Amino acid sequence: MSAARSRPVTVLVAALGGEGGGVLTNWLVAAAGRAGLPVQSTSIPGVAQRTGATTYYVEIFPEPWERLEREPIFSLTPGPGDVDLMIASEALEAGRAMENGFVSPERTTLIASTHRIYAVAEKAQLSDGRYDAHTLLATAESLARQPLLRDYRTLAEETGSVVNAVLLGAVAASGRLPFDASHLEAAIREGGVAIEANLAGFARGRAVALEAAGPATPSEPALPAPETQGHRNVLEALLSNEAGGGQNGGWDGDAGEMRRAGLAKVLDFQDREHGRLYLERLAAVRGALPEGADPAAVTALLVSLARGLANWMAYDDIIRVAELKTRLDRFDRIRGEARAGSDEPLRVTDYFRPGAEEVAAVLPPLLARPLLAWVRRRPARADRRIGLKIRTTSAPGYLLLRALARLRGLRRRGHRFQVEDAAIRRWLDQVTRAAALDADLAREVAECATLIRGYGETHDRGRERFERILERVVTPGLADGAGLAEARHAIAAARGAAEADPEGEALGHLIEARAAE
Amino acid sequence: MERSFKKEVELLKLGDGERFHGEGILAVTKAMLQSGVSYVGGYQGAPVSHMMDVLADADDILDDLGVHTEVCANEAGAAAMLGASINYPLRGAVTWKSVVGTNVASDALSNLASAGVKGGVVVVVGEDYGEGSSIIQERTHAFAMKSQIWLLDPRPSLPKMVDMVEHGFRLSEASHTPVMLELRIRACHVHGSFETRDNRRPEHSRNNALPGPDFDASRICLPPATYAQERHKIETRAPAALGYVRDNRLNEMFPGDLDDIGIIVQGGHYNAALRALERVGLADAYGESRVPIYCLNVTYPLIREEFQEFCAGKRAVLVIEEGQPDYIEQATHVFLRKADLQTTVVGKAVLPMAGEYTADVVLQGVTDFLAEHAPPGLDGDRIAAPLATARALQSRAREALGAPVPTRPPGFCTGCPERPVFSAMKIVEKQTGPFHVSADIGCHTFSTLPPFNIGNTVLGYGLGLASSAGVAPAFGDKRVISIMGDGGFWHNGLTSGVANAVFNQDDSVLIIMKNGYTSATGAQHIPSTGTNAKLEPVDMDITKALKGVGVTWVKSVYTYHVSTMVKTLAKAMTTSHKGLKVIIADAECMLAVQRKKRPLEARMLREGKRVVRTRYGVDEEVCTGDHACVRLSGCPTLTIRPSADPLKTKPVAHVENGCVGCGLCGEVAHAAALCPSFYRADIVRNATRLDRWIERLNDRLLGWLLARRADG
Repeated sequence: MSAARSRPVTVLVAALGGEGGGVLTNWLVAAAGRAGLPVQSTSIPGVAQRTGATTYYVEIFPEPWERLEREPIFSLTPGPGDVDLMIASEALEAGRAMENGFVSPERTTLIASTHRIYAVAEKAQLSDGRYDAHTLLATAESLARQPLLRDYRTLAEETGSVVNAVLLGAVAASGRLPFDASHLEAAIREGGVAIEANLAGFARGRAVALEAAGPATPSEPALPAPETQGHRNVLEALLSNEAGGGQNGGWDGDAGEMRRAGLAKVLDFQDREHGRLYLERLAAVRGALPEGADPAAVTALLVSLARGLANWMAYDDIIRVAELKTRLDRFDRIRGEARAGSDEPLRVTDYFRPGAEEVAAVLPPLLARPLLAWVRRRPARADRRIGLKIRTTSAPGYLLLRALARLRGLRRRGHRFQVEDAAIRRWLDQVTRAAALDADLAREVAECATLIRGYGETHDRGRERFERILERVVTPGLADGAGLAEARHAIAAARGAAEADPEGEALGHLIEARAAE
Repeated sequence: MERSFKKEVELLKLGDGERFHGEGILAVTKAMLQSGVSYVGGYQGAPVSHMMDVLADADDILDDLGVHTEVCANEAGAAAMLGASINYPLRGAVTWKSVVGTNVASDALSNLASAGVKGGVVVVVGEDYGEGSSIIQERTHAFAMKSQIWLLDPRPSLPKMVDMVEHGFRLSEASHTPVMLELRIRACHVHGSFETRDNRRPEHSRNNALPGPDFDASRICLPPATYAQERHKIETRAPAALGYVRDNRLNEMFPGDLDDIGIIVQGGHYNAALRALERVGLADAYGESRVPIYCLNVTYPLIREEFQEFCAGKRAVLVIEEGQPDYIEQATHVFLRKADLQTTVVGKAVLPMAGEYTADVVLQGVTDFLAEHAPPGLDGDRIAAPLATARALQSRAREALGAPVPTRPPGFCTGCPERPVFSAMKIVEKQTGPFHVSADIGCHTFSTLPPFNIGNTVLGYGLGLASSAGVAPAFGDKRVISIMGDGGFWHNGLTSGVANAVFNQDDSVLIIMKNGYTSATGAQHIPSTGTNAKLEPVDMDITKALKGVGVTWVKSVYTYHVSTMVKTLAKAMTTSHKGLKVIIADAECMLAVQRKKRPLEARMLREGKRVVRTRYGVDEEVCTGDHACVRLSGCPTLTIRPSADPLKTKPVAHVENGCVGCGLCGEVAHAAALCPSFYRADIVRNATRLDRWIERLNDRLLGWLLARRADG
């Protein structure tokens, strides 16, 4: 064997289709070539490029051609534990690399962007299917020899470049390549595409990658908390009344904040009277709790209850949507999100498709019931709805939506309001009964209200599952005294099953199984 | 096409002593020209699409050389094209994705192999096996064996690949037998370099026509000639081939000092084997191995004497052969038995029968082989260390992560015109209950993945409709739906699907995805694109073809009109019209649209012309976090993000900036009456005076209204 124990520097690039992983690879190959080093790259493109996860693999030999007597033999696939530089254009892809053994504490510099692009499996869940990115990044920090975890995508956006250029900058900073970083810059210039932007991104990545940083956190877009409009005085007055009534026990900290947010939403939805009712209902459940209940469990219950009750008492209807769509700051927000210049005319079109249910919602029950009964006798057809595309940025469109929003005055006497009110009372009744037994159990019952959300079919489906759980799981659970823990678990399991699939099969199986027991 | 290959074409022009730097599949293309091919054909498909793409862009040099190129209707057509080499001394090459392309081509291949060839013939097959593959997992190897076609499997280094192409033509001529060159996915895309030679002008071509036709009864595939051909294969062609392979040392033997063991490896996996040996400390990075290696650059026919020579004196050999059945391992046993050699043959005992031989898999096999058979005196711990480290690393990572990382399979691109069709099918299914869907090959096969999960069977390219023929009657009055892409339609679907359904009066519903190209393989042109690969106009039309074979119920629907598609589909499912009902889902591939639109818009913006940019968005306050929109769309830019509202525990929907404004999310929410969260934003850039006048007027009205709200 030859005396030199040289072996290739191995670089694995994991990217998503269309992110420029191929260009990044070409830069590396070109730079190594400029440095006079043998280099080989391979890739798995094909259909994987259509939005799927794809990888590129590069091997660079540290000895220049001129000093070699024989050609080095390169591998076409990366080996676990045998990767020097792992580049992941997105956080989850770094996780995949770790899972496959491509990140080693002895060898690997891990350059990974901390932003998330959710996989279909994560975003299509009824509930929250996101992979735990905190664990993912903590694992990356502990597993890599040199973890360089930054939000490279944001850095790219800030420099007007694409993420691959910034990642290349981090590669340069890592010092793991067997040649001078100037060759990388030269490769970008040679590439001839968006040279200035790419060089800017490269410089930024290079500068930032080695800067001291705290523990990596997943970069998820931070959104401003929603504004509460114009109800501040009423809100404060109502809350201080409550405090005066000596019922502030348990409403400190998280629970208090949730109650405040909930009250704001309920006031925003209807009126002072509605807000007062909200607080009264919360107080009633609070009052049912036995003395000496575990404070943590009480807080968890109150947070859940305050949230669930507010969302339900401010249910989603067309009046509320019209109100939200005509908010003062909405068009500015859209302008920002669509990256429209302030001098560029912006036209916003909204989609509505009201059907008989939406009309019936605001009619008095006397009229609504026969209408609904008639509709339900007819086969369900989506095209029985009126398709409305409203140009909300035009004065007529805006006026129309405002007129809809002004129907708020009729809401209280409408059919839907009464239906929801009755259902809320049934639910609260169960929560109160559970609260008298155990705060944790009450929280499980309270959480069931999260199943009811959305519009049209989505809402009906959630409602149907909620009712089924209330009737088949909660009611018997509270009655048969089979043990608090068991009832708690049964309710939690049923709620999980209800969110497991859109068709409701999981919940159906679960309830059947319970019935069979 | 998806991109221009003008830069790559320059590589094909390199001459004596120059250096080629580029992709494996392009090196092979260059090697064909260096070998003096008269004609080249093929059908696009990863991983060999680039050969067709580059040739389509290489008119000038091909015309100069007189090389005829053709994008064939399908692989059967490409294989049949090789018939030119049966009677005449014309070298020819074709390419396709294998094993599927070889399946389609096999009728012509069998006939070609039986007749035998005068001019050298090389079939470049892209062996689409393992990671990144898009097809069923099978080896091409069996085709070579059953038809007697020689199979080359070169080491994945550019000089060796080029060398083997050139040998391939000579081997083919020496043995009157077609030759296949097998390249795996990564070898096609491997980037390396080699020293080029001048391209060779073919002896006969359109620039120098053949003197006259040749009739030779022994070349006709009809008995009794076929009986003689079968004997000729065994008596003449095979011995000639064995002699050529042996005399030219196409297979390589690398000696090593641990000569009582050895490794027999398919050429394509030589690098992986060597890396495994390097990692366990028994080889260096330059290919110097302590374990002797017999590298099979020709995997069919196998040279018995070489096997016996390599194994003689060895206690054990490891056979590294990807896929199944284990033909080479079996042959090794036979060769050793015949020579009465007692060498232990280890292959699938330490390597998996199924699946790709990645670095990980080969390291495992080599480590296990050495654990059992390494000669005494080697450091066993040193040999076992790399694999043990790798496994420990994997389990440590999996443990720390806690849950498996979700997979990220390919899916429809942002704005894909095929996605709305499946959204419409989901909506129709809610009304009619589920129905059987015979899916097809193409981008549209992604419908079988989440979030749609539509499509019950996939039987092959262009076979969506044909594969419904047996199952449709079994559903009685409930019609089944078949899918076909326009690529599959012209490949064979027009005859095997449409004509067959009309002929048999099948009561069926077919959706043809007309996006204008074979989009999954890189947007190559097809008959209904309007132009051929050389951009010459052609006037071929799907509707005319359908009417021509007697289809009377044909509706063309613009795919993004989800409501219309829903109605048309529902109609097709319920109409009293018996017979085949065809819906043409018509909208151009969004990648192609964007490729044309972006530079155009950039120019208009520069010139100060009015451009309207459309994108969609979600009002987060209105969104309730049910994600039904995602389940009905799956658009990459329609995603989720955490809500800042403490009252919302579920992440809300969100449209990212890659949105191309196709409007599907809004249309779907509309058609399915999902929710009113979506909005459409049109941004007018370089607004005209009329725009601004309307804007000002509107602003004044709105401003007044908003001011009233703020006061109230």
